[in-house]
Amino acid sequence: MTRRGWFSGVMLVLGLIFLYVPIASMVVYSFNASRLVTVWDAAHSPTLKWYGVLFSDGQVLHAAWLSLRVALSASTISSVLGLMAGIALARFGPFRGRSLLLGMTTAPIVMPEVISGLSLLLLFIALERAVGWPHGMGMSTLILGHVSFCMAYVTVVIQSRLAGFDQSLEEAAMDLGARPVRVFWAITLPLILPAVVSGWLLSFTLSWDDLVISEFVAGPGSSTLPMVIFSKVRLGVSPDVNALATIMVSIVATGVVVAAVWMRRRQRRSERDAQLAAAANL
Amino acid sequence: MDGVQDRDLTVPMVESRSQEAIPEPAYLRLEGLSKRFGEFVAVDAVSLEIARGEIFCLLGGSGSGKTTLLRMLAGFERPSAGRIWLDGQDLSAVAPHDRPVNMMFQSYALFPHMSVEKNVAFGLEQERLPRQEIRARVAEMLEIVQMSRYTGRRPHQLSGGQRQRVALARALVKRPKLLLLDEPLAALDRKLRERTQFELLNIQQRLGVTFIVVTHDQDEAMTLATRMGVMDHGRIVQVGAPAQIYESPANRFVADFIGSVNLIEGRVTEAGSGTVLIRSEAPACAIRAVCTLPCTIDDTVWVALRPERIQLQQAQHEGAAVENGLSGRVRDIAYMGDVSICLVEAGATLMRVTVPNSSGVLAHIARHDEVRLGWNASAPVVLLK
Amino acid sequence: MGGSNRARRWVVGVPTLWLVLLFLIPFLVVLKISFSVARLSIPPYAPLLVLRHGWPMLKVHLSSYAYLLTNPLYLRSYLYSLQVAAICTVLCLLIGYPMAYAIAHAGAWRNVLLMLIVLPFWTSFLLRVYAWIGLLQNNGLINHVLISLGLISHPLVMLQTDFSLYVGIVYSYLPFMILPLYSNLEKHDPALLEAASDLGARPFAAFLRITLPQSLPGIAAGSLLVFIPAVGEYVIPTLLGRTDQIMIGRVLSNEFFENRNWPLASAVAVVVLLMLVVPIVLLQRVERRELEAE
Repeated sequence: MTRRGWFSGVMLVLGLIFLYVPIASMVVYSFNASRLVTVWDAAHSPTLKWYGVLFSDGQVLHAAWLSLRVALSASTISSVLGLMAGIALARFGPFRGRSLLLGMTTAPIVMPEVISGLSLLLLFIALERAVGWPHGMGMSTLILGHVSFCMAYVTVVIQSRLAGFDQSLEEAAMDLGARPVRVFWAITLPLILPAVVSGWLLSFTLSWDDLVISEFVAGPGSSTLPMVIFSKVRLGVSPDVNALATIMVSIVATGVVVAAVWMRRRQRRSERDAQLAAAANL
Repeated sequence: MDGVQDRDLTVPMVESRSQEAIPEPAYLRLEGLSKRFGEFVAVDAVSLEIARGEIFCLLGGSGSGKTTLLRMLAGFERPSAGRIWLDGQDLSAVAPHDRPVNMMFQSYALFPHMSVEKNVAFGLEQERLPRQEIRARVAEMLEIVQMSRYTGRRPHQLSGGQRQRVALARALVKRPKLLLLDEPLAALDRKLRERTQFELLNIQQRLGVTFIVVTHDQDEAMTLATRMGVMDHGRIVQVGAPAQIYESPANRFVADFIGSVNLIEGRVTEAGSGTVLIRSEAPACAIRAVCTLPCTIDDTVWVALRPERIQLQQAQHEGAAVENGLSGRVRDIAYMGDVSICLVEAGATLMRVTVPNSSGVLAHIARHDEVRLGWNASAPVVLLK
Repeated sequence: MGGSNRARRWVVGVPTLWLVLLFLIPFLVVLKISFSVARLSIPPYAPLLVLRHGWPMLKVHLSSYAYLLTNPLYLRSYLYSLQVAAICTVLCLLIGYPMAYAIAHAGAWRNVLLMLIVLPFWTSFLLRVYAWIGLLQNNGLINHVLISLGLISHPLVMLQTDFSLYVGIVYSYLPFMILPLYSNLEKHDPALLEAASDLGARPFAAFLRITLPQSLPGIAAGSLLVFIPAVGEYVIPTLLGRTDQIMIGRVLSNEFFENRNWPLASAVAVVVLLMLVVPIVLLQRVERRELEAE
């Protein structure tokens, strides 16, 4: 036990270093005055130079604004659709078309993105020729494209959450006279709300981060942030990208810390409640 | 049942008897075995001797330390202090996989991805025995537990009782010097449990393996054990044969834990010549009881009175004279089949009385009737702790 | 939740319709175009359905597939993609298994460690891959460190090699290996290992005979979650991979955007899908079984 525990423990530490060194390096070099990563320009560093460069880059700001709007819409739509699909799969028992729905909700997760992107683009082109919509590629096609893979993730999250809690709660509500729609709003939704929230956040991240599908379904004038970054970094290291990465990392880190504190507090409260309840029993 | 004779088995006698039963040196000897988890003392300086071929039951509530003690014997927990000697070998520092001790887990812990046969063979394969021998011994053991017909099945295809047999076979096939059983019957339903108890006894006698059984179920302990140890807060509070422990509990905890008992607190008002007179406030009465313990006047003592030792009579009934009596009113009668349990209010105290239904006493007694309770001086046990 | 049939129909119908329209039908479009030929027009391929003497006729071309199969460039790309995906899957397994095992046995630290594994996933994938350019390039951080330690005198060429490609893919997909493995290992009953130990198995033997066989579904799920998307990976090979040997995702994108050969790009996609059908079906079966086991 101990020897294997030692080995896997060391591997875990090394693995975490492997996961975090690249991120840390970007954060550190975003404050480096020199363009070269090997040179730490001690005379002028740390500096916010690259942040200035980043924020004066109109293309980046424009792309970020587009990405934000696309991600908000795509994650909201995919949360609703994923919620429906998740409930259908976890709670409706066998129904006609279940395996079709199940297959279509899990396949996009592993589907190579070039294939999804190509197929969506070809569909949009065919649609445009057949019914005159969409008018060229742009924000609407980006949103449609992102929703189809985001909702797959939401579905999986919702489905596994529903599988994890007892159906008898819903049955009890119905037994007490609640109609199915009411059961959904009063019992099911509150219980799976954390899953819906994390599904939404996941969708937002995936949409915000997506490059390959966007490359296909974005029009000439509608470059998302990852597309702009990609065209920058294909040409080599550019330090303002480090600054951008640092900003994104700090947003995520802040979110995680806030979420952790909030969950900690909630857990403490429920522990205290449990203690009080136990004391009341004595 | 003749109470007087049982009462003779007082504490010093028990010790001399158990020494008789154990050939020197003891087969399994625990010396001051302790286990602490941080501040919490799970097992507190337990010393114990067990003879070869015994079925020893460790009985206790949850958190009493019985499972921790068992896990130390198996080697899953390292003792914080003390030693374990088995057949002259010091096991304290031996890894679980090198101990000549096997365990039957409460959950059975059958390997879900292996067939019954593979499960039973697993331990022998670790010994790198020849394949022929493994097959023969597995077949023989499955025959003993009557599972020969299910060799190819996976654990999830078996009933609870069948799983229990496989788990037993898997632990026994290694011919351990000591078999540890963690709540062996807890997962079985009532009917099956009774039958399995006798099978377990049978198999144990046939193979002569020393068993240590951990259980929280006193009926299980009573039926299986040659001797048992009652555990509380990490200590063994009493060791003895089941009848000894039932008839002569060493203290209030044991009296209350094993079976049901009426515990009456009182003060000694008269002491001498083998009996004492005790004055009690609740219920308000004087109790004469046989007592060989050294107690003096004004000592606080407790009278432990088993419900079946109390005679129940109609209030106006002039029955055989008994040494102790108490008046009360029947609050409830619960019919249990062979016996009925009556709860009788004597003042503010609730007394529990069991009456065999075959005695016919209850034919004339109903709820709210005034009754009279009586018992002999030899019926209760006087406890100092 | 039975009853209320109309609500039920909507709950099933809307997502199904959406996915049929935006996931299933697009593949049929790709399939259709793959049977066409490229030509200079808008759209740049020949229609499959043509009117000849007033009669509709189906003109199916297999030329794109024939070209794919006869031109060694494509075949080599396919094999290279499979090889890269397979190697990276094995590397992810070798690194991810001990990590998942350690997390599953970390007691109170479990959730924190799990969070640390998932966290990079929430920051931009593209940026994390980009970071490796700064680490691996000739005048990058790793070479700098190795030279200042005196281990090497000339910088190692690491960028745009198979090595950098493997690093990038393993780095990006490692969480996909760890998470299913963890959720499998975490469910193991610790009493089984104790039972094995009690029956005389040394720790490593107990691992091989109890833990490993029981974690096979987790290994399968993790491996497939890495392998399938890695085959079609586009971003990582573009940023970190070799320039003389491209993976099939790049081939598809080049055919589509640079050569404007839509039928050929579609045929490439269809063949990739055909290669991945077996692993995808396998993955769905494994995941369904795991879900039902809960």
